[in-house]
Amino acid sequence: MTMPVATTAMPLLELKSLNVSFAGRDGITRAVKDLSYTLRTSETLGIVGESGSGKTQSVMSLMGLLPHNATVSGKAMLNGTDLLALSQSELNRVRGKDIAMVFQDPMTSLNPHLTVGAQMSLVARRHLGKPKRDALAECRLMLEAVRIPEVAKRMTQYPHELSGGMRQRVMIATALLCKPKLLIADEPTTALDVTVQAQILELMCELQTDFATAILLITHDMGVVAGTCDRVLVMSKGERVEENFVEPLFATPQHPYTRALLAAVPRLNEVNTELNQPTDTAQRLEARGLEVTYSIDSKRFLAAPHQLKALRGVDLNLIAGETLGVVGESGCGKSTLARAVLNLIPASAGDVLLMGESLQKLTAKQRRAMRSDMQIIFQDPLASLNPRMTIADILCEPLDTYHPNLSRAEKLRRASIMIEKVGLSPEQLTRYPHEFSGGQCQRIGIARALMFEPKLIVCDEPVSALDVSVQAKVVQLLIELQKELNLSLVFIAHDLAVVRQISHRVMVMYLGKVVELADRDEIYSSPRHPYTRALISAVPIPDPKLQQSLGFAAISGDLPSPLHPPAGCAFCTRCPLAEPRCANEEPPLRAVGRSMVACHLAD
Amino acid sequence: MTGVSEQGHSLFRIAMRSLLSSKATTMALALMAIVVLLTLAAPLLSPWDIDSTDWDNVATSPSIETAHYFGTDDVGRDIFVRTLYGGRISLLVGLSATMVSLVIGVFWGAIAGYAGGRTDQLMMRFVDVMYAMPFMFFVILLMVFFGRNIFLIFVAVGAVNWLDMARIVRGQTLSMKHREFVEAARAGGVSNLNIIRRHIIPNLLGVVIVYVTLTIPQVILVESFLSFLGLGVQEPMTSWGALVNDGAALMESAPWTLFFPALFLAVTLFCFNFIGDGLRDALDPRDSAGES
Repeated sequence: MTMPVATTAMPLLELKSLNVSFAGRDGITRAVKDLSYTLRTSETLGIVGESGSGKTQSVMSLMGLLPHNATVSGKAMLNGTDLLALSQSELNRVRGKDIAMVFQDPMTSLNPHLTVGAQMSLVARRHLGKPKRDALAECRLMLEAVRIPEVAKRMTQYPHELSGGMRQRVMIATALLCKPKLLIADEPTTALDVTVQAQILELMCELQTDFATAILLITHDMGVVAGTCDRVLVMSKGERVEENFVEPLFATPQHPYTRALLAAVPRLNEVNTELNQPTDTAQRLEARGLEVTYSIDSKRFLAAPHQLKALRGVDLNLIAGETLGVVGESGCGKSTLARAVLNLIPASAGDVLLMGESLQKLTAKQRRAMRSDMQIIFQDPLASLNPRMTIADILCEPLDTYHPNLSRAEKLRRASIMIEKVGLSPEQLTRYPHEFSGGQCQRIGIARALMFEPKLIVCDEPVSALDVSVQAKVVQLLIELQKELNLSLVFIAHDLAVVRQISHRVMVMYLGKVVELADRDEIYSSPRHPYTRALISAVPIPDPKLQQSLGFAAISGDLPSPLHPPAGCAFCTRCPLAEPRCANEEPPLRAVGRSMVACHLAD
Repeated sequence: MTGVSEQGHSLFRIAMRSLLSSKATTMALALMAIVVLLTLAAPLLSPWDIDSTDWDNVATSPSIETAHYFGTDDVGRDIFVRTLYGGRISLLVGLSATMVSLVIGVFWGAIAGYAGGRTDQLMMRFVDVMYAMPFMFFVILLMVFFGRNIFLIFVAVGAVNWLDMARIVRGQTLSMKHREFVEAARAGGVSNLNIIRRHIIPNLLGVVIVYVTLTIPQVILVESFLSFLGLGVQEPMTSWGALVNDGAALMESAPWTLFFPALFLAVTLFCFNFIGDGLRDALDPRDSAGES
């Protein structure tokens, strides 16, 4: 292990053999084992690791935010004071002032009952001791510094009225209000879309130079680390496995765990999976002009409900053994598409054909019979399994529905075969879902879908809740199963790199419409729609050299409200190339080269 | 739940374990078991019968020699035996009326919540109408028409209590029906009835069990109240409520006739409330989620 040589300057933060353990029902769990590191002023240290590696617990202990059953030992010197030895009231003076924190989910870490201005000014009044008017002025300045438009209006809004990216900006502004010496960011962009993630990361880098703040960035995403950190610390199972400056770490990782972690990261520019070659050209799935409209109650008394068009005319087709990737920011209608295709929510217009048969025209009984041909895999693996049923019961339920005459023994035999196929052992059939890890639960979800012997599986963000190393394995499993069973897959994800690993063709959606559709190599090598280009360039690349040459944020702003989509081209409000005609004329999906693109300017 | 294999740690087992790890709840469970055993074993513990009168000992204070452990009332009946027999009625009313409300309420609420739309509107408006009926008026009307009968009390209390249960269950179902495992079941062609039976109701049980333990004491109190008003059980049968009523009249001359039934009633209510609190903590998903 190579240790970076510290300069002569005294470190801002020095952690000496930190241990954190939790007393639980099953005895004592050691979450952090003998962790030491230093951080200097204006430096960014990335702490990387998979879930359960203790990376969050190690910084929570600095803030004194651990639950009561935790015991902490070691030293954490911030400018010469030991944070772990401070009393609650002393800690309260340090927290928010010298150390500030930005959390993963900006919705749950802002107080929903206070306006942005009110909760920000509380911090300024508490720590800077300013009167209310000065505090508010200070907040306004800081909101401008994090580049929030229309600051005066934002100050009077509540957190739920802001978009996810805006909320995270507010969090950062609040954290920087007292010009802290140390900013701890715990997965600050994990809950955000790639386009917004790029904006936030860029902002954090710029603010660091302006305010000379040291940043501790906790993340699981190697791409984020590559673009933002000076030094990286890799953690596994509570221990430090490697620490180095960012470039050598990526170029010559020393520890096998680091190497495995880097190898598992899906890369946009290289594909290492071998896809199934579809032979049969029979249409498995076809959607024609699919539209879905939700009614949302108006806030005004007795007013007509708002119509939210989640899907605004989507066409797609899929042949046997093929995978169609669907990407787009949250709110673009990906999940609605998944559910509309499976007839889990009614389409307000258009039609879905499964193997040439229109689902809309079937009776409820026929539709139920068709259900075994099309299955779904969900984003949250644990939530998609009934917590009160054993794995055996979960896997046998499809057989109970479609083959009620089989004996229990035969059903269990089939369940055992299936659970082996997804890489678990039949002994685990008697367990309950909460006894499994996320990746294992997702395997069970896949096994359940396969019990139906389906022809089509819609995967709704199947790997986005999983660690990268687990992600790669689940994707590989899906590819192998596709080859073996000639499955057709619709693979929905917001991670473009993962989509590239598995898809034959990729469809990009924006505000309920398809903006580009092409073969995977075509779309990644020569994206034609400006939105596709923006999405691709916003993906953080796990290579510090490439990353620095590319720069960040290709588009600014947030997704417009789907309640009031812009006239003309929906993307024109954020498009760097927009012309006057884009705001008036809606571009049709047309063939350009080997792609289908909905843009006036593509050629 | 004995069918669960060695490997599976069902939520039920985890809940039991955390339930027993709380001292207050374990105490309450033990006390409750003692009370139930006493009421069941009543004939073995005392030579006296529920309606036998001991003319030698009228309104005497508790004594071991005469085997009137809790004393006698103003017509020489043994308070110990009457308290235990009364406990049978009170607990029976509590449990059976709660079961009635449990079965109707859970199904009504789950169906309304899962079906949604017009069905939901109709079913829940019916609940609202039932709510609007004055309870005492309803009971008195039943008594006037059908005469005093212990089963009428079950019916009356159950018919009112399921309304709360239905509302609670409906609310839970609404939040449950968009959970992914319910969607997975729908995508798997499981019939609506089976979704409610297999996926929704088992997942509601946490809330429902807690509510049940809070309903049982409530029903016992209602029965006591009805008996206190003279609308409850009929002599010579008795219940804790009826005994407290009788005892209240003799409070100055023979306080033990009030004290012992009231003590049993209070201890039971106390136990149920503690068990309910313990169950709520034990079944709280946030607690078990932190485990993994």
